Amino acid sequence: MGKPVIIEVKDLTKSYGDFLAVDHISFQVFESEIFGLLGPNGAGKTTTLEMIETLRPKTSGQIRIDGISIDENPNAIKNLIGVQLQAAGYSPNLKLLEIMDLFSGLYGVKINARELLEKVALQDKAKSRFKELSGGQKQRFSIATTLINQPKVIFLDEPTTGLDPQARRNLWDLLFDIRKSGTTLVITTHYMDEAEILCDRVGFINQGKLIKIDTPDHFIQSLIDQGFQREKPVRAASLEDVFIHLTGTEWKE
Amino acid sequence: MNQNNSPYNHTRATLALAKASFISIIRSPSAVVFSLLFPLIFILVFGFIGNSGIRIDVGIGKGSDTTNIIYKALAGTSIIKIHQEESSQEMEKELTRGKLDAIILFQKVVNPPQGKAPLQVSVRYTQASLTQGSVLRSVLTSILFKISKMHGDPLENIVQLTESTIQGRVYKSIDFILPGQLGFSLLSTGVFGTAFIFLSLRSTLVIKRFFATPVRRSSILLGEGISRIAFALIGAFIILMIGHFLFGFTLVKGWITVVNMMILSFIGIVVFMGFGFVVSGIAKNESSVPPLANIITLPQFLLAGTFFSISAFPKWLQYISNVLPLTYLNDAMRKVAFEGASLIDVSHSLGILALWGIGIYILAVKVFKWE
Repeated sequence: MGKPVIIEVKDLTKSYGDFLAVDHISFQVFESEIFGLLGPNGAGKTTTLEMIETLRPKTSGQIRIDGISIDENPNAIKNLIGVQLQAAGYSPNLKLLEIMDLFSGLYGVKINARELLEKVALQDKAKSRFKELSGGQKQRFSIATTLINQPKVIFLDEPTTGLDPQARRNLWDLLFDIRKSGTTLVITTHYMDEAEILCDRVGFINQGKLIKIDTPDHFIQSLIDQGFQREKPVRAASLEDVFIHLTGTEWKE
Repeated sequence: MNQNNSPYNHTRATLALAKASFISIIRSPSAVVFSLLFPLIFILVFGFIGNSGIRIDVGIGKGSDTTNIIYKALAGTSIIKIHQEESSQEMEKELTRGKLDAIILFQKVVNPPQGKAPLQVSVRYTQASLTQGSVLRSVLTSILFKISKMHGDPLENIVQLTESTIQGRVYKSIDFILPGQLGFSLLSTGVFGTAFIFLSLRSTLVIKRFFATPVRRSSILLGEGISRIAFALIGAFIILMIGHFLFGFTLVKGWITVVNMMILSFIGIVVFMGFGFVVSGIAKNESSVPPLANIITLPQFLLAGTFFSISAFPKWLQYISNVLPLTYLNDAMRKVAFEGASLIDVSHSLGILALWGIGIYILAVKVFKWE
């Protein structure tokens, strides 16, 4: 692949005493791709992400984003990235516009808050308090705040956990939109159907180790080539397709 | 992509934090209830039950002759409370404040000249307590009338009475209660508010999201601090104004006194926020904040002269009172508001508050946790 590298992770390690939460992980993320870190709960996905996001000190290893080393200039990296945390992360009593205003101050940039809210279809909620939003709305708002500093890379930690099928699919559309504007996306998820649709490439993490990286297609094809067969033949539609068909695609919130 | 070429503005980040935090505070009902509503309710209650019931406090001048019949009659009157323990200096001060309604001096006249009585009684009333004074005057008159009738002697032959009224200002119960409530409001805003905000910032991951931006940690502390101080000072101002205009709280030098009171409030809230930082550092979760915060606030609520004057406590309890920071804030506030003391006049109290402040912030730095 001739694409330029935007994130370079080498031998990244995090240990808590004897326990290796992240065990010498190395990978690259290319510009304007959607990269997925997949793995069971507790595999070390979030820890890996938070070390790259400068939120957790690493034990050893190197991280570079857009050529900048995280050790040399963490603040420059903070200006390059947008971060969506797994759980909330906003003052419940503030209105969305007020939170936007706060973060534009924290990033030191001028923004058009309404335009950003429109991008995530929350323009009608501009004057609602954060705590009044539904789960899907909270996730979308959270993504809107990651866009404030016009980052080159956005990190999303399980963005669709707990969302209903409509909200999930609409969030995918939003992520595709963001990618289209040239932004690189790194996400974690444990929904494989989601990774298959969203991600250009995925890496599997288990017990702190990065097992393999490839495109979803290659992974699937190589498993089939080994003679793997599903117990139940796949039909042209899934139950989720039925759900969407019966309840519509419009955003319910 | 990143259009932001100008250097990062920490002041802007700090102020953005302060603004957001301030909005959060005024939207949280408990903050408003604790720092405004409670003190106002106490002021209301004590403001109204204050000066009720007739009791006349009479100081007996030093060197008085207490063997005479007038003194005995006076002391036997149920509504009159005789004060003799205080020094004459203290008595004078209490007279100007109306804490004493009058000072009476009884002097024996040895070998009175012809036509003069052998006893001289001088009564000094005070403008600070004119009503009580006039009650005393009629009590005295009736005592003298009875004695004169008993002796069958005209009054002039028994006693030489001189009366005068000194300048004074009433020390109302609101003048005592309000500074105490103000001090307590600052204490609870400082301790509870600060302790809760940092715990909830941690537990809701808000602080983690802040860390993902280029903001400095000092800006987060400063921003939260500014908003809480602003909130506390606005609260203090409202309490002062309601106290003054609705309950006649004395602000001796007018606006100068208000400004001095606000400066004292500022010093108070800063010191008390230090306790809040310590609590947020020690507390494991939000439910362990109230017990810890209560350990700090409740004893001061009761012992620092918020409701009762410390001088009413037994000596051993006074030793404890005289250690608590709120005692010194209350004391300074009362002196400034009623006696018109300057901040320099109360520098002893401020010095002890400053010592508390230094100590508590050293501890806060040690125990404070970001995550």
